[in-house]
Amino acid sequence: MSDFETVAATENQAARRGPSGEPGAPNQVGVPRKPRSLAGDAWRDLRRKPIFWISLFLVVLVAAMAVVPALFTANDPRDCVLSRQHAGPSGGAIFGYDFQGCDTYSRAVYGARASLLVGALSALFTGLIAVVVGMLAGYFGRWVDAVLSRVIDIVLGIPLLLAAIVLLKRVSASSDNVRLFAVIFVLAALGWTTAARVIRSSVITAKEQDYVAAARMLGAGNGRIMWRHILPNALAPAIVVLTIALGSFISAEATLSFLGIGLKSPTISWGIDIDAGRVHMRESATPLVVPSTFLALTVLAFIMLGDAIRDAFDPKLR
Amino acid sequence: MLRFILRRLLQMVLAFFGTTLIVYALMFAGQGDPIQALAGERPVTAAQRAYLTEKYHLDATGVGGFFYRYFDYLKNLLQGDLGQSLTGRQIGDILAAAWPVTVKLALIAMAVTIVIGVTAGVIAGIRRGSIFDNATLVLTLLVLGIPTIVLAPLAQYLLGVKWQLFPPTAGANPDLYALLLPGIVLGSLSLATALRLTRTSVAENLRADYVRTARSKGLVKRRIVGVHVLRNSLIPVITFLGVEMGNLMSGAIITEGVFNIPGIGFNLFRGIRTEDGPLVVGIVSVLVVVYLVSNLVVDVLYAVLDPRIRYE
Repeated sequence: MSDFETVAATENQAARRGPSGEPGAPNQVGVPRKPRSLAGDAWRDLRRKPIFWISLFLVVLVAAMAVVPALFTANDPRDCVLSRQHAGPSGGAIFGYDFQGCDTYSRAVYGARASLLVGALSALFTGLIAVVVGMLAGYFGRWVDAVLSRVIDIVLGIPLLLAAIVLLKRVSASSDNVRLFAVIFVLAALGWTTAARVIRSSVITAKEQDYVAAARMLGAGNGRIMWRHILPNALAPAIVVLTIALGSFISAEATLSFLGIGLKSPTISWGIDIDAGRVHMRESATPLVVPSTFLALTVLAFIMLGDAIRDAFDPKLR
Repeated sequence: MLRFILRRLLQMVLAFFGTTLIVYALMFAGQGDPIQALAGERPVTAAQRAYLTEKYHLDATGVGGFFYRYFDYLKNLLQGDLGQSLTGRQIGDILAAAWPVTVKLALIAMAVTIVIGVTAGVIAGIRRGSIFDNATLVLTLLVLGIPTIVLAPLAQYLLGVKWQLFPPTAGANPDLYALLLPGIVLGSLSLATALRLTRTSVAENLRADYVRTARSKGLVKRRIVGVHVLRNSLIPVITFLGVEMGNLMSGAIITEGVFNIPGIGFNLFRGIRTEDGPLVVGIVSVLVVVYLVSNLVVDVLYAVLDPRIRYE
């Protein structure tokens, strides 16, 4: 433990003792105050932050759009009639129609599914790879760590967008589902390094703790110590990293679809719609602005959520 | 130091082989009949087929044949022979014409980053917790969160088409003014990161012992910040800017595509759109090399700049 953390811990204890300096002093008569854990402190901190609630609300909203889009719009996003091209708002189409005569708002709502699916699955696979690599490197150390750390360095040296272009060009003629999983595969295969480093360093801290020594003395094997004792304690910082990564995966999916190598029509994706809207922005800007806003808000929501949680868990900022 | 450079060089070589192998395996290996693909719709005689098979060692199957052809591709890549695009132009010529534009754009983006990002970062770091500090934090979070594919078209629409402050597209021979808006868009991302880095670094260094010493010696604040703090705070920023320079050279695909700037990224953008496989692979291969070399240079510079950093 560094000096700084020791100081912070002492300050925490002092704070817990309350103004009277008496350990465990009740602050209200008859209600004994329990000492709070780090998570409890973080939660108290988070509850008071409006930015946490706003981003959480946006995340839940987008998730709801992805699961039941029909709840938000009655119009079919694939019901396109050319005679309505760039027509103004009418009926349920509150933002009017795009170049192909499709309901702009309805398409934006249905676009949430592809984005969240790619983001969530990429983050999940990223997390799995990162947990395995980070755990092995951190727990076993020595040559295992040396080899895995070099692998991380090398993968980190591969530019994401360029590698994705090459990998995805290969499957450009395949079916929609294959392309969807190819996008997820590419993002996970290149995006796991940061989370793996974070897990590795928290595993290194965790394995020196007393409870690990205790578990080993009781006869627990490496596997049991790793998964039952170290992992639950090393996971928190990785979850924060993965929340932020989820935002950037959504952004990456939209970028690849925008370039024409990610998802393709008839799959509905914000990236595809932004590209289509861009071409006709002089005639009508709403088909560009609406999916752009949806995408930007979703990515921002995940990044701000991760940021808020990290700030709450970081004792240095208290 | 020498050991560090050697190790870093070795790592780069591995990354180079790794990436080029991926590029090669995905693009060239496993395609149906490369000879017929070369000839297109025309028939291939048995003699031509035998000659080409012999020349490119296509009959060698298995791992050995694959690696022979892979090293052939590597040799051509390192000699600068990138072959022809589907439109019949030499890819090397396309790249030679596009480099100056991309470098110009990257330099504008870098200037924007340094002038605005570092200045605002220093001010925010000195006045930590002020309105200015909080406002820049929120703004940079917004910029970092909004993807380029949103930022670039919206900037083009609002500033170029609607309010007509800048030319919306650049065209064949872009002047400085036409490149300004794309440069700002391209630089905005690194601007936000540079600002945050500078802010944290300045705020941290202001609490350092040497600053307290300088203050107790009676130095004026301007000298403390300008000489003592800045020198120590800018090291991580300079490293970051170095890495960004490599990224800006290669990562301008979206910006150049949206603003119609005839640079490297634009050609890659067009290559993807027109399904021009050789062009895409040629450009990606070159960009990977640029990216790896710039990362290496930055890492070595980092060690030179900061004598406290010793890798062994």
